[in-house]
Amino acid sequence: MSQVLSPGTPAPDFTLHVTPDQCLSLAEFRGKPVILAFYPADWSPVCGDQMVLYNQIRPEFLKHGAEVLGVSVDGAWCHQAFAKARNLHFPLLADFEPKGAVSKSYGAYREGDGVSERALFVIDKDGVIFWSYRSPLAVNPGADGILDALERLPS
Amino acid sequence: MAVSKMPVTSSDHVQGDAHAPITLVEYGDYECPYCAAAHPHVKLVQNRYGRQLRFVFRHFPLTEIHPNAQSAAESAEFAGVHGRFWEMHDLLFENHERLGIEFLFAAVRSLGLSETEFRDALAKGTYTSKIRDDFLGGVRHGVNGTPAFFINGRRHDGAFDFPHLAAAIDSQL
Repeated sequence: MSQVLSPGTPAPDFTLHVTPDQCLSLAEFRGKPVILAFYPADWSPVCGDQMVLYNQIRPEFLKHGAEVLGVSVDGAWCHQAFAKARNLHFPLLADFEPKGAVSKSYGAYREGDGVSERALFVIDKDGVIFWSYRSPLAVNPGADGILDALERLPS
Repeated sequence: MAVSKMPVTSSDHVQGDAHAPITLVEYGDYECPYCAAAHPHVKLVQNRYGRQLRFVFRHFPLTEIHPNAQSAAESAEFAGVHGRFWEMHDLLFENHERLGIEFLFAAVRSLGLSETEFRDALAKGTYTSKIRDDFLGGVRHGVNGTPAFFINGRRHDGAFDFPHLAAAIDSQL
């Protein structure tokens, strides 16, 4: 059972595809808080899945100056279709090659299943993990933990 | 999951007694098919528990994926101001696939309410702050999608059918 990285740990930097021809690095967000939401897969059969929920709540995250990034092992084309279908306004990152490498660096990879854990990280503007949480795979953790953490971030 | 306080207030839509041992709160979106599917199961739960249960409905419209959810929620609030919330609530869930503006006006008309007054309320956004309060309150309480059920303040993470809701309620009685 993996342990997600705990508060106080510097958040491992990464560069992942956000679209089939564009990459995004965590370092680009230095200076503002970042919410990293690892999740098992796009296209789960519920309206209010985690990414849809964070999309709806994103204005509240932005009030704290925080950006939300979704990460799963799905490829960039899959993410592109999913983001379009769900009208997502934030990046989905493809932890596709090497498979799950970034998720592993955060302690958020399920080896047997080959998918990311349902794990949340709030990273402060200096790139240090401020809060982390691993939810059981079957339970969508919602956004209350994230908002509580954002409120406790030193400004 | 910690039990969070979610006090029921006078601006809430409530069915059942304030002193009931069980309070079931649902956060829902009228255009969400899963909420529509859960609707008859909630009624079964209400029938089963009678006076032991108080049911509260709050709005959680996922407007980014459900274009009619906001206006549907506002139509329910409008009906509520005229004492007809639950009838509109039922009509909306029974017609979740066709909640366009023509339907909402027809629903308002069918309840004998003023379409003009409804149209003005939509234009002015009379009910948007109540719906936003429901939504943000839900987010803070741990709503993670729709429908989201809380039994005595604790989020129900199981299925939304009658057997699973009843089992969860039984464990609190």
